[in-house]
Amino acid sequence: MSDKITNILMVGVGGQGTLLASEVLSETLMQAGFDVKKSEIHGMSQRGGSVVSHVRFGKEVHSPIIPEGDADIILGFELLETYRYLPLLKKGGRVVANDLRINPSVVSTGGEKYPEGIANKLRQLVPDCIILDGLKLATEAGNPKAANTVLIGALSKQLNVDEKYWLAAIGKMVPKKALDVNLRAFQLGRSV
Amino acid sequence: MKEILSGNEAIARGAYEAGVRVASAYPGTPSTEILENIIQYKEIDASWAPNEKVALEVGIGASFGGGRALVTMKHVGVNVAADPLFTLSYTGVRGGLVLVTADDPEMHSSQNEQDNRNYAKFAKVPMLEPADSQECKDFTRLAFELSEQFDTPVMLRTTTRTSHGKSVVTLAEPVTGLPAPRLERNAAKLVMLPANARRRHPFVEERTIKMGEFGNDLAVNRLELRDTTTGVITAGISYQYVREVLPEASVLKLGMVWPLPQKLIREFAGKVQKLYVVEELDPFIEEQVRAMGIAVIGKEIIPICGELTPGILRRAFNRPEPAVTTVEKLPGRPPNMCAGCPHRGIFYTLNQLKAYVTGDIGCYTLGFFPPLNAMDTCVCMGASIGNATGITKVLSAEERQKVVAVIGDSTFLHSGITGLLDMVYNKAPATLIILDNRITAMTGRQENPASGFTLMGEETFQVDLPQLVKTLGVRHVQIVDPYDLAESKRILQEEMARPEPSVVITQRPCVLIKRAGVFESGEPLEVKIELCSGCKACMKLGCPAIVWQAGEGGKGKATIDPLLCTGCNVCEQVCKLSAIGEKQ
Repeated sequence: MSDKITNILMVGVGGQGTLLASEVLSETLMQAGFDVKKSEIHGMSQRGGSVVSHVRFGKEVHSPIIPEGDADIILGFELLETYRYLPLLKKGGRVVANDLRINPSVVSTGGEKYPEGIANKLRQLVPDCIILDGLKLATEAGNPKAANTVLIGALSKQLNVDEKYWLAAIGKMVPKKALDVNLRAFQLGRSV
Repeated sequence: MKEILSGNEAIARGAYEAGVRVASAYPGTPSTEILENIIQYKEIDASWAPNEKVALEVGIGASFGGGRALVTMKHVGVNVAADPLFTLSYTGVRGGLVLVTADDPEMHSSQNEQDNRNYAKFAKVPMLEPADSQECKDFTRLAFELSEQFDTPVMLRTTTRTSHGKSVVTLAEPVTGLPAPRLERNAAKLVMLPANARRRHPFVEERTIKMGEFGNDLAVNRLELRDTTTGVITAGISYQYVREVLPEASVLKLGMVWPLPQKLIREFAGKVQKLYVVEELDPFIEEQVRAMGIAVIGKEIIPICGELTPGILRRAFNRPEPAVTTVEKLPGRPPNMCAGCPHRGIFYTLNQLKAYVTGDIGCYTLGFFPPLNAMDTCVCMGASIGNATGITKVLSAEERQKVVAVIGDSTFLHSGITGLLDMVYNKAPATLIILDNRITAMTGRQENPASGFTLMGEETFQVDLPQLVKTLGVRHVQIVDPYDLAESKRILQEEMARPEPSVVITQRPCVLIKRAGVFESGEPLEVKIELCSGCKACMKLGCPAIVWQAGEGGKGKATIDPLLCTGCNVCEQVCKLSAIGEKQ
């Protein structure tokens, strides 16, 4: 195993399942034999705030938070949040983003405007970024709530980790009755 | 076996492995998940106490009975528990006692960022500080051993990043062969009247000296010699940032941050050319190293406010920083009261009545934010009531009527009861609103004495808040449904005008309570678009389910997101055009 540390920043809005997705990711990486650290702030997430989760893996990880400008991949669950955290992305880093807009309270009350054209800005700043419709694919898999697993599927294509570890982690973390839907959602994301 | 655990989960596991019998706590971010996770270990009697002082006293009792006890709280909780803590330092323990203080540098979810390492020095008790989840588990076990070996409570300090961060932990089997708890009298040690306490104080001083010496050989105080140009003394999460940013530097990693291992520090200082201390918040280690006559660089380059990050260390040590993409200023995404939150209507009404609101700690502190803008003070748990009493003492009769204290059910039971007792006893003409939503909501829905359930999920006595308030001597107690705006307003006006203490209790459950039969979501409402004039009256509620749709020439209309709306009907009551109602 090389000494290189890979840094994944997951960003979204409270209630989108970002934290569960980061649990699946870190479980996968541990099963695959990496040292893993994950850091996030709880508390306000269920109240519509911005949610950020740092996941770092490699041979030996020290800091649980990603040094500024060192993220290899940003996995964005919402467009504005994806764009907000671009300053943490490494030059040449990759972005996988959900094509979804959730208005912050300051926008829904009419005080501020949701910036237009974020998807295009992302494409300009990160040339080979992947933007997918997680909600549509999750609905296709059988439940719109599985959009977080679609995104994990899309992320899995960006990482050199055997598929069996992903499937095992999803099997462990997802409740039994939702497992089939989530496995389908994972594959749909993986084939984007 | 390996698992990926948060620091809090690892402390719970460590307590289990250490043979803990009793765990007590009051929830507080970032400490809450320790007790929430400890209930999976059936050997441990775990409970929520009404406040941190009671939690510690319960732990002390278990220790005096001969069982190991874990007590957990957030940093400001230790302020509440400080009274028993300082004397526990004198009595020492029978069964080991560990007090976890979960500090919150950066104030992610707190009203201050006090550095509780100072408590260890002040109360003269040793403190361990883990740097990842493995250490959270291992140090918890070690803390119990040290507690019994040195006859002292031991503090374990985490910070938000160690509490909530996850990393890989190797599990171990629980200890065996601990003595069974039983009564054993030892009044000279456990009855702290002056004659006994005078004999215990020299013991405490000697204990600190002994533990400092012991620390020189303690494995958790670790010398890592690499390049000796730069030497860094550090502890806790700061150690990880030092290793990240200065991988070549020599490090003295302190696992025990009080008392300090002076011999080891001198040895390290003698081996490196330039000595630094890297620590979050106060110059706690730095000042002691200076007092030893050793030259050291610390707060000259390391910020005293907020948490550290690898980026802050890069800048402090002039390390190269990567070029980054910049983006324009974007709309923020602050947290908000949930759609259907029973607090919203009350804060809307308080805003309308131009009340001066002394606030408290809980979800309802969000009533401060626009558009509700209905909170004027917020100091600490329970402060709303004493603050209201005090402020009425200095105001004119006319201004006094504007003063309303607002507190949640759990916070009232935590430390509001004595404040209300004082309000009645000393005849303060203020009005108190108790927002009873049947749960400790802000920290993630924990049970409390008003919820009717224990931490272990057992049914229990449910305190009757109106009865309790009446027993304290409040003669005017009114109960109101906070979803009924007109009635809330009428009752609040009536009680605010009354020149004596009065209490209004709102009764509606938190919309996040999952237990069946407590909160039932109603049918979502809709805006009849042809009736909406775009007056924005409903936008003053700040409900996340009400979304403004901009239209031509600055005009626009309100719409309701059916996925978020719980049908609480509060917005229907503020719409003068009857444009909001049930779906046709």
